This record gives sequence, structure tokens and C-alpha cells, in this order.
Amino acid sequence: MTTLDTRPIHDEVPGNYLTFRRGILSWIFTLDHKRIGVMYLVAVLVSFFVGGVMALLVRTKLLFPGEVEWMTFDQYNKAFTLHGAIMVFLVIIPSIPAALGNFVLPIMLGAKDVAFPRLNLFSFYLWIMGAICAVYSLIAGGFDTGWTFYTPYSSQFSTGGTIPVLVGVFILGFSSIFTGVNFVVTIHKLRPPGMTWFRMPLFLWALYATALIQILATPVLGITVALLVVERAFNIGIFDPVMGGDPVLFQHFFWFYSHPAVYIMILPGMGIISEIIAVHSHRHIFGFRFIAFSSIAIAIFSFLVWGHHMFTSGQSPLMNVLFSAITFSVAIPSAVKVFNWLATLYKGSISLNTAMWYGLSFIFLFTIGGLTGIPLAVLSTDIHLHDTYFVVAHFHYVMMGSALIAMIGGLHHWWPKMTGRMFNETWGKIGCALVFVGFNMTFFTQFMLGSQGMPRRYYMYKPEFQIYHHISTGGSYIMGLGFVITAIYLLHSLFAGRKAPANPWGGASLEWQCTSPPPHDNFSVTPRVGDCYDFSAVSWDEKQQGYVVDVEAHVAAAQSGKGH
Amino acid sequence: MASHAHSSHDHGHGHAHGEAHPLVGHLVPYSTLFATGAALLVLTVITVAARYVDLGEANIYLAIGIAVVKATLVSLFFMHLRWDRPFNLMVLVGSMLFVVLMMVFCMMDVGQYMDTENKGNPKAVQNYLDANAPFAPVTSKK
Amino acid sequence: MSHSASHADSHGHGSHGHGDHAKYPFLAHHFDTPNQQFESGKLGMWVFLATEVLFFGALFVMYAILRFKDPQVFSYAANYLDTILGGINTCVLILSSLTMAIGVRAAQTNKKGLLSLCLALTLAGAIGFLVIKYFEYTHKFHLNLKWGQAFYQPVTEADAAAAKVEAKPVENPVLAISSPNPSAGASTVSLASPPPADKTAIAAPKMGPDGVATTEMVEAVDKPVHAAHPEGPHLLDPDMPANTHRFFAIYYIMTGLHGIHVVIGVGVIGWLLVGSLRGRYSSDYYTPVDLVGLYWHVVDLVWIFLFPLFYLIH
Repeated sequence: MTTLDTRPIHDEVPGNYLTFRRGILSWIFTLDHKRIGVMYLVAVLVSFFVGGVMALLVRTKLLFPGEVEWMTFDQYNKAFTLHGAIMVFLVIIPSIPAALGNFVLPIMLGAKDVAFPRLNLFSFYLWIMGAICAVYSLIAGGFDTGWTFYTPYSSQFSTGGTIPVLVGVFILGFSSIFTGVNFVVTIHKLRPPGMTWFRMPLFLWALYATALIQILATPVLGITVALLVVERAFNIGIFDPVMGGDPVLFQHFFWFYSHPAVYIMILPGMGIISEIIAVHSHRHIFGFRFIAFSSIAIAIFSFLVWGHHMFTSGQSPLMNVLFSAITFSVAIPSAVKVFNWLATLYKGSISLNTAMWYGLSFIFLFTIGGLTGIPLAVLSTDIHLHDTYFVVAHFHYVMMGSALIAMIGGLHHWWPKMTGRMFNETWGKIGCALVFVGFNMTFFTQFMLGSQGMPRRYYMYKPEFQIYHHISTGGSYIMGLGFVITAIYLLHSLFAGRKAPANPWGGASLEWQCTSPPPHDNFSVTPRVGDCYDFSAVSWDEKQQGYVVDVEAHVAAAQSGKGH
Repeated sequence: MASHAHSSHDHGHGHAHGEAHPLVGHLVPYSTLFATGAALLVLTVITVAARYVDLGEANIYLAIGIAVVKATLVSLFFMHLRWDRPFNLMVLVGSMLFVVLMMVFCMMDVGQYMDTENKGNPKAVQNYLDANAPFAPVTSKK
Repeated sequence: MSHSASHADSHGHGSHGHGDHAKYPFLAHHFDTPNQQFESGKLGMWVFLATEVLFFGALFVMYAILRFKDPQVFSYAANYLDTILGGINTCVLILSSLTMAIGVRAAQTNKKGLLSLCLALTLAGAIGFLVIKYFEYTHKFHLNLKWGQAFYQPVTEADAAAAKVEAKPVENPVLAISSPNPSAGASTVSLASPPPADKTAIAAPKMGPDGVATTEMVEAVDKPVHAAHPEGPHLLDPDMPANTHRFFAIYYIMTGLHGIHVVIGVGVIGWLLVGSLRGRYSSDYYTPVDLVGLYWHVVDLVWIFLFPLFYLIH
């Protein structure tokens, strides 16, 4: 094992992970999971901004039902394709696992780092390379196939930037796979004494289930884009009818990954919500084992339902019925979680911090998103709703209203831990409110648009839809304002925020037992494991202006079985 | 020496007198390795020979069956799964189950609309054949 | 479960002190014991191999679907593959797996010379596999047995000569030989002489919409009978089923991806060999050898399945 610095790492060093070694090289070659998490976070948030600008371009065009001079049909196609591809591959899939997860997982687990720190850094650089390929593809002519790359358009026609972006997606897939490998091994092998599976926080269960999906599904995406590149370059004839191929086969291969992928997006978010709800209502999570097992169940079921994206594509009636039936069952584990969170809130001592606002928003928005999946799962209604704005609204409710909201909530929840600063709560709530109101304005109207028949990915539309588009676009600007405000006060807190105590919210899991920010190797003594949702030993300390955990009492309570 | 530095596996047997002891992990006896290698070679010869014998439908099942046996030998003995934690074997087998899942569902779908597909050459192919290969097939032979 | 020893350490040190880290320089700071590090490495490698199974597995699914749809294409086109060369390749990989496993054992028993020898032999096997593959591929390329539309390009004289195949028709037409002898190697079996083509006897098929073959196909009448020649230009073979190009597409994709993994294996085993010659591996620390061994065995495993699926189709 080689390191840049020859000092033994486990000697006591002053300061924290941010001050441990200085200089840009110490960040570029870092093996510290916390620094890698921070780098991912910056990268993901920058990509989110770019993808968001694309979305605003699309929404602005949609203020006008007809053609406009400042955006052609092709440019519109490229804008929504870019929005989708950036958001799916560069933002949502890596965001919680790679950005927040990398930072929090080892500390929450009680380990010094992930199992393979060099692989972790390599994952980050793979992300960077994938992003570079995506940027290059813009220069090479852009791509306008939609983020789903359906054949035969993507194999026969489309533009010069298609192959580079497919190569980028392939590389990003490996970034995701290696993160998954790292997390699985870390959770299996690096747990400290006393941290059994059922003492592990639910965020880690969620990350584990996500890692399972990343490992099993992402290679199929790799092969699919590789086959598409070969098909496009050499016209081999497996997906393209011109050479006797089958375009529905492409869709089978694509969705075999992409459906589990949406669970890669949502599962970690659900894990965060479990943490936020429990900590900010100072109440033991209700139904720990149910929530834990439901994460694993969701991971497994997600592989059985991919055909529900293909009901109108030419898939056989037999498979349509089969996939529709199994899709209904996928809703069950998710519903189990929602009911458990509600039960946790009930009679809790709720602190309405910004993180909790995001947590409550999640529950509301996820319920709508999940319920609107049902009309899409039912074959007869899906015939009408497929490829309309109804689908767009549904997936934005679950991907953005749920996964992204959870990510931002988690960012606020762990911001003091990561940066050592407290942000301004008032502005936090203003930002959350703007995002919530803007989001609903943008996407609720799209349910109405879709059920009245407005197709998705269309540049022009009938004039009677215009009022809905106006409301939707207005909402998107409000939402954008909310995100900008969030960015401003968070950045401001880095310079002028109050110094954060180790435990600002009163959590009982291990990450709250080290300083904010954490020291370089996380713990100077081996952490002692109690019940991470037992808040009985957590009390407010006036001097620190934060909570403290009485570790002896906490561990004793767990061992005596008190507080289940 | 701290007792927790040793692995919990039995790596006592299998090493000859005077051989060094690995700190961790399990030592496979030479006899096992060579026997496995020999079995694999023999099975390869058998499966190649079977290719020239016409067993109709059974040919493919025999070939796949021998391949599965060979794969099992490689996994259990060369890859140590025989002596490893069972979880590692579960990882391997579990991943194969997902491949089977994908195969079954996709084949079910394709099987349903196979008969409705057009037979014969696609147009682009047919054009080439007409231009360059006058006696090439006009229809497909089943 | 975690392998770190249980303790109630309340001293200032980390988990059971610096003892193990001082004693074992290869032990990373975030692991407590060498066994924990070893087992983590193994599990990590197995999880990565699971992703490789899914990676190749998707291609096996593609194979299954294509063969399910057009079994006659596979039976026909498999004649163009040389079973004996494929069998030799299989044996080469099996032997290289054996030498790799012996190499791991050598590392475990601290026999550094034997380890280097085994790694060198494994490397030789890998390179041998690639060499045989090279000959197989180039032979096919000469005969335009390629993917996509290239499959339907006629074979030039020069290419036919390079593939040692006679492309000119012989004087007297011969009857079809039903099962060509694949071990005949580079044969000079020629095409039967086609009489001048009277295409007026063959009605033109009706054209369907663009890209879709019409369902109304017309049987050619009075077609002369040709020999089915695996070594001859396939375009002139009337027994060639439609969509035969798909066999070669999946053949090159699967064997090509496997070949890429062999190349990666060459690189990684070469790196191990360099390390081994420098004495990096011992009975205390041989984890990289073990993990690369696992990778190499999976490469062998994939070939064990590829071989019957392509080369042993009767």
C-alpha cells in the first residue's frame, strides 16, 4: 500500500479531513472516502445545474405552441435528450450513493474507510471520463434520440454525437458498478464489533440494496450500449429491421437495466428519509425490519417488471399481462415504507428543520408519484397514457420530487457533519417551499396534459394545451429560483455559517459521535454500537449548542433490549 | 502471536512436509489440481467427439451438460469454492439466475410473435444478393 | 460477519493497536487483520465476477434469442467454424487455468520461482489462444464471413487465394455433398460449374415496404444443384438460409468480447509476473495472485460455454 505521505495515518493528527493534507494534489490523489464524496458532490451538483438549464430551455420553448425562431425542432430534440441523459446518468444515479453515500457510509458503519479506497477514486475518475465523453458528444454534433436511445432511429439515423455519448454511458456504467462492489464488500466485511445486520442504520440497508442492483443490472446496460455502438458503426443487424433485426429486442435489453436503474435512484433516497424522519421526530423508527427487508424486496422485484415500459411497443400480449401483474406487486414494499414512516411521525417530537421539511415533502410527493404509476401499470389505461405527459409527470414525481428531494434533504441533514457549518434555517425553509410549490405547479399540470392526450417529446402542440404549459413553465421558474436560493445559502454557510457541533440534530447513529467535520480516519477510538434509533440517551447540551449521546447508557440500553 | 491473525479455515492438510504455510486462505493439494485439469481435458475430448455423432435434439443438451460439468469443476476446485465461504458461491449462482430470468422472459416474448415475422431476406440483403450472387437463396429454407 | 476480534478497547488506540499494521506492511490502514483484508478482496473479486457473468450473460441471451428464431442459420453457419482449432483453444485455456491455479499454490507456499514459472506459462497460454484466434479470424475475413452487410460482399480473387480456396468453377458439375468434412482443412474443393444463369426463369419477388421482406416469395425453378461448401464463397450457396449474417454477428461479438478479456488478462498476468520476479508475493501476501487467478478462471469459464455453443453445433 503506497501513500503520498509517510506519516502513519493512525497517529493522532489535529484537525479534520479537510485540513489533513493541503493542496490540490492531495485532493486529486486522495484515497479518503470523505474527500471523494465531496468531489462527487460538486461534480453532481454542477451537472444538475447544466441539466436544469436544459430543462428550462425546453420549458421556455413550450410556452409557445408553434414554431419559434430561436429554437429549431432539432435543437429542441437535443435539449430534452441532453436534459434526460445528464439527469439520469450524471446526476440522479450517482448522486446519493456516490456523493452522500461515499461520505456517510463508512462513518455510519463505524469503519475507517470503504473496503477498496483506490477503486473508489477510480470510480470517481470514470465518472469524470464519462462526463467528458458526454461533453465531447455535444461538440461532435449532439444526440437527439431521447435518453432511451431507441432503435432504429439511434442505430440508423440520428447525429454524429450518438456514438460518443454511448461510450460515455458505458464508462459511467462502470463507475456505478465499482461503487456498488465497494459498498457491498464494505457492509459485509468492515462492520465493527456489535454492528450486526439488524443494528445497521436503514440508510445502509438502502445503500446495500442499491449496490445489489448496480452490480446486477448495470453490466446489461454496458452490453446494450456496446451492441448499439456496434450496430451503428457496422450495421450488424440485430436491432435494425433493415438488416432483419428486432427493435423490440433493443428495448428488452435497455429496460432490463433501466427499470432497476430507477430503483437505484429511489432506494437510497428512501434510506435517507428513514434517517431524517426518525432523527427529526426523535422517535425510534417504526417497523425497522419491515423497512430493511422491503429495501431488499424492492431490489429483487425491480428486475421482474421491465416490460411495463414496453406495453405499446409490439411486445406480445402474454408478456404484457405478465409484466402488468408483477408491476402491481412492486408497489407493495414501497407502500410498506410509507406507512412505517407515517407511524414513526405519529406522536413523535417533531423538529421542523429544513431537512424535515424535505422529508415531509418526500412523503407527499412520493405518494403521488407512486399512485400515478398505477394507471400506467394497468394495460388498458396505459394504451392511452403511454408516451404522454402523464408518464413525464409520473417519473418526475418519483425521480425528482422524491429521489432528488431526498438527496437535498440528506444534504441538509449531513451538511453540518460534512462541512462543520450550520446553514441558515429560515432561508432553508424558503428554498424548500419554493421548490415544493414550483415542483407541483410544474408537474401536476402535466398529469392533466397527459391524460388529455398531449404526447411527450413534442416540439409543437395544440393551442388548447397552452394554459397548462404556461402554468408548468411558471412553476419550473419558481423551482429554479428555489434551487438557486438553496445553492446561495449553502455556499454562504461555508464562509459565514455557525460552527457546527458534533450532533446538531440529536441523531444516535455513529456518524454523530465524531466531530463535525470528522477527523481523517473517522474515529479515534473504536466506536461502540448501540441501537441507532434509540434516542433515550441523547440529550441537549447548552454549552455545545448541540446534542450529546451518553455512549455507555446507549450501549447498555441496546444490550438490555430496551427501546427495541 | 495474536490468535485472531489466523483464518478460520483449515489449511493444514494439503501441503507437503516442509512447505511454507500461507498466512490466510486454503491450500489446495496438487493431486486435486492435476485431477481437475485432467478431467477437464478428457471432457473436452468427449464433447468434441460427440459433435460428430448425430443424436438429434440431444446434441445440444449433451454439449451444454458437459459444459456445465466442466464449469462446475473449474468453479469448485480451481476457484476454491469448495472450501470458501458459501456466500461466494451464492454470489456466482445468484448472478446466473438473473441471466436465466432475462433469457426466459425475452424468449417468451420473442416466441409469441416469431411466427408472424416475415420470412426471407430483408430488402437490403436481397438487393445485394440479386446484384452479386445470382444463385443465392431467394427464400429461406426451414 | 466481521472477522475483527471482539474487544472492549477503551484506550486511545484504534482496534487492537498498531501491532498488526507494523507486523504486516501490506495491511491497509482500514483493515484490522490480514484475514479481513484477504476475505474482503476475495468477496470484492467475486462480486466483480458476478458483474462479468451478467455482462456476458446478456450476450448469451442475445445468442439464445437469435438461435431460437433461426436454428437453421446456426446449423448451417457453424460449418464455417473449425471445430479442431476451437478444441485446441479450449485445451490451451484449460491448461493455462491449471498453471494459474498451481501458481496460486506456489505463492501460498512461498515458492517464488515456481510462481514466476507458472505465471509465465499462463501468459504463454493466453498469448497462444490469441494467436490461434488471429488465424481463425483472418481466414474468415478473407472469405468475407463477416458481420452485417459486409457478409454479402462477393469474395475477390485475391482473398480467395489467401484463404486457399478455389473460387473458379470446375468443368463438370457435381452433385451436392451433404456433410462436408470439416477436418479437411484448407481444401481445394471448388464450386460446381453454374450454367449460364437464365434469370427469366426466376420470377422476381414482390417488393414489400422499405426494410421489410415481402411475405410473397417465389421459389426459383430449375435451379442447378450446387455443392454445399464451407470453404467456398457462401454467397453462391443456394442452401444458405436467410439471415445467416446474424450468426457471424453474434459470433464475432461474443468471441471478440471474450478475446478482449483475454487481452486484459495478458496485461494483468504480465503485471503479476513483473511483481513476482521482484519478489512481491509470499505466503504472507499473495492476494493479487489469487484474485487475478479468479479472473482468469472466469475467462476460461466463459470460453467453456462459448465453445459448444458455436463450434459444436451439429
